[in-house]
Amino acid sequence: MNKSEIYPVFAQLTKAAEKQNAGLDLWDGRDNAFHSFLSDGFPHSKMEKWRNTDLSTFLSKEYSYVENTDPVSDVDINQVFHCEIHNFETSLFTLLNGAYVYNTSPLTILGNGVIAGSLRNVWSEYPELVNRYLGQLTENNLNGLVSLNSALGTAGFFIFVPDNVVVEKPVQLVNLVNTEVNPFLQIRNLIVLGKNSKLTFVQCDDSVNDKNSFLNVANEFHIAEGAALEHYKLQNKDDSAVMVNTSFFGLQRNARLLTNTITFNGGTTRNESVVNLDGEGAEANILGLYLVDRKQHVDNQVVVRHNAPHCNSNELFKGIVDDDASVAFNGHIIVLPGAQKTNAFQSNKNILLTDTAKVSTKPFLEIYADDVKCSHGATIGQLDENALFYLKQRGLCDSNARMLLMYAFAEEVIREISIESLHERTADMVSRRLNGELSICDQCVLHCSYEKPMEFEIDITKI
Amino acid sequence: MKEDESQDALNDVTHGDYKYGFVTNIEMDTIPKGLSEDTVRLLSAKKGEPEYMLEFRLHAYRKWLEMPMPDWAHLNIPEIDFQAISYYAAPKQSDKKSIDDVDPELLATFNKLGIPLEEQLALAGVAVDAVFDSVSVKTTMQEKLSELGIIFCPISEAVHKHPELVKQYLGKSVPTTDNYFSALNSAVFSDGSFVYIPKGVRCPVEISTYFRINAKDTGQFERTLIVADEGAYVSYLEGCTAPMRDENQLHAAVVEIVILDNAEVKYSTVQNWYPGDKNGKGGIYNFVTKRALLKGVNSKVSWTQVETGSAITWKYPSCILLGDNSVGEFYSVALTNNFQQADTGSKMIHLGKNTRSTIISKGISAGQSQNSYRGLVKVMKNASNSRNFTQCDSLLLGDKCGAHTWPYINVLNKSSIVEHEATTSKISDDQLFYCQQRGLNSEVAIGLIVNGYAREVLNKLPMEFAVEAQKLLAISLEGSVG
Repeated sequence: MNKSEIYPVFAQLTKAAEKQNAGLDLWDGRDNAFHSFLSDGFPHSKMEKWRNTDLSTFLSKEYSYVENTDPVSDVDINQVFHCEIHNFETSLFTLLNGAYVYNTSPLTILGNGVIAGSLRNVWSEYPELVNRYLGQLTENNLNGLVSLNSALGTAGFFIFVPDNVVVEKPVQLVNLVNTEVNPFLQIRNLIVLGKNSKLTFVQCDDSVNDKNSFLNVANEFHIAEGAALEHYKLQNKDDSAVMVNTSFFGLQRNARLLTNTITFNGGTTRNESVVNLDGEGAEANILGLYLVDRKQHVDNQVVVRHNAPHCNSNELFKGIVDDDASVAFNGHIIVLPGAQKTNAFQSNKNILLTDTAKVSTKPFLEIYADDVKCSHGATIGQLDENALFYLKQRGLCDSNARMLLMYAFAEEVIREISIESLHERTADMVSRRLNGELSICDQCVLHCSYEKPMEFEIDITKI
Repeated sequence: MKEDESQDALNDVTHGDYKYGFVTNIEMDTIPKGLSEDTVRLLSAKKGEPEYMLEFRLHAYRKWLEMPMPDWAHLNIPEIDFQAISYYAAPKQSDKKSIDDVDPELLATFNKLGIPLEEQLALAGVAVDAVFDSVSVKTTMQEKLSELGIIFCPISEAVHKHPELVKQYLGKSVPTTDNYFSALNSAVFSDGSFVYIPKGVRCPVEISTYFRINAKDTGQFERTLIVADEGAYVSYLEGCTAPMRDENQLHAAVVEIVILDNAEVKYSTVQNWYPGDKNGKGGIYNFVTKRALLKGVNSKVSWTQVETGSAITWKYPSCILLGDNSVGEFYSVALTNNFQQADTGSKMIHLGKNTRSTIISKGISAGQSQNSYRGLVKVMKNASNSRNFTQCDSLLLGDKCGAHTWPYINVLNKSSIVEHEATTSKISDDQLFYCQQRGLNSEVAIGLIVNGYAREVLNKLPMEFAVEAQKLLAISLEGSVG
């Protein structure tokens, strides 16, 4: 029996679903998805995968369901946001409160066949393209929020890279929330890579004010034979934001994926990645870094399914947990019968800085094939006292020495960022974050553009 | 390497027969099948229990009725008809004061199992309590032990003779309503051993209980309670077997250990219930709750288990590390073959300061079996400077079996360190090639590698047990290696 009816937002959702049914004739399966949401309800902490993330207190708040509006052109995005990364040349796309923002046209069509822009617009112009991919990887039975998104998430970002096309410039998608109401948003992104194509995709999730917000984002990544996707996700949300992010990745033969999720800030952030290695020789690298303090909560869930032989997967999640923050990690490697010659590795490392912080980790292995090499490791601990002593003895003050060690801990994830400017910027943000800077200026986190990178200072007076 | 040859060797190694599958024909006293409050009362009356025990049982039974069957384990458990089981089966016997009073048929049974009950034949250094279906038939060396103040007797006897101890410790480390099977056990438990080691006493011999299921359509619900008073030490061994039958039989046991200041208990099990035949027919359903409460400072417990039997194993020996500086250890080898299913592991709950725990688990899956490690390490806020190290490895022999690892780790303070690592793989071709190149045939090579793999755990067993366990691993694997 689901108790979703008790939440104030529920009535708005059913109304939206009715309205949608009566109006627009969008893609198939929305109806079924909504029924599946009605029977599953919102995820609750009795569910095995949601034991560490309780949404009920957030769902009990008043939210305004924001209808998925059509793309907007009358917003000057530079007025609200500028996330400047020096020398980081990207094709920038923006979602503001779920709506796609454009200057000239809601769809950008390049000479090499790349189509990028509003999902809603691409549906009306190229319905066969959307219908071929949308929802194909989504598992609506995963939880109620996924099916809710499938039912109501009709706006968002779309990019299609045709076969054999290498997109030189990274594509950056900024997902902004800035409203006067407390928004409840359903965002849907669809990313399709054709055979032997290549794309670097950077997703930034930011909020500009500290309204209570509830974001339910679902992403689908179709990676065809021989294609390669580099995916970065930088999350920097305010403390009252709730974000549930579910990404489905489908990899065909010899496809490659690198996905790196870096959570700097966020009230409650849940990232769930479902990676299906469907073709032989596919390879997935799944990385994550989370730096949380105060009462923040980050929950990372990764399911990797080895459905075909000769696939490799590699997971590395690291985090530093301070104050009253809590984190959860659940990695689940499934090797299906017949998926021989599988290599699957998983690692989760946590540093706990206070007695009020909490870490819960569940590294699962479920293996039905014998010719495999699988391993997982999980650690929860502190900074190495010996290393700390060594640094202090070399003249670093205690706080700098600690920061340097924490930075070194985080660096293992950051160094996998292959774009140099993004790497530098992320490294700088991590240093600042560890220095407490990003979390101090809550209100204007994103308005600052730093001129000089952060450096570790050696305190001469201490020598 | 020749694939076929190694496949054959693997098959040879994993198709061994269960050698304890015989049935003893002996006159039995059983109660009718079915479970109700009346059954519980009848059972209690049959054992002539005092009022407090009946209360304990009835409370447990009522709670059990309200509880759902757990379904979280990675097991496919067919529905169990609790009304189709007889909850009491005892060989008819007179008062068993001396060895001459014990039915010779029973003695022969235990001799056949390699457990000599005659005092003069008993291996020096082992005291045995032999439990046959629902009752204990013979406890050896009782007198010698009582000289030291050690109490070693069937729990049904302890209920009468030592009510103050039983009342004080029964249900303390495994509360009646802890889980579905512990509630069931608390309601209908038949017999088991009670061990009490007084202050400062180091038990000079190994204490052991041997469980045998013999009767048809019965279940065994034994209950063991071990109390180590301040500064005491005991090493306890447990063994079990059952006849080969096509029907599944239920075994739901509870083992409770309470350890006070500076005391230490070593608990070793070789579980060899009938695992069912090669097609997965028959076998024991083994649902066991084992828990040690480390109440005192500097107390220590060490669980060592070799699990080769049972059609289904559901067992998580755990430690509640309450006393400061207490130490919990868990060493396990779990082997599944044919259609066996095992979901086993350990729980370490750190409550006291400077508590330490170690989990070493080695899973081996062959045939079409499913073998899971499931564990919980929880470090509470006040358990500062605690330490846990967990290693669980799985070895796969064959492409139809499964090996799974489900660890749960929760840490709530900043001064504790928890490490977990696990690997899953098959025997590498390199290792096999190396052994074969040295002149070992593939069967011997596989046996050698498996034994080496499990060595870390087998080394923790008392010597006689270790030898038996090694043989058992070899037999259980017979005919499965590939």
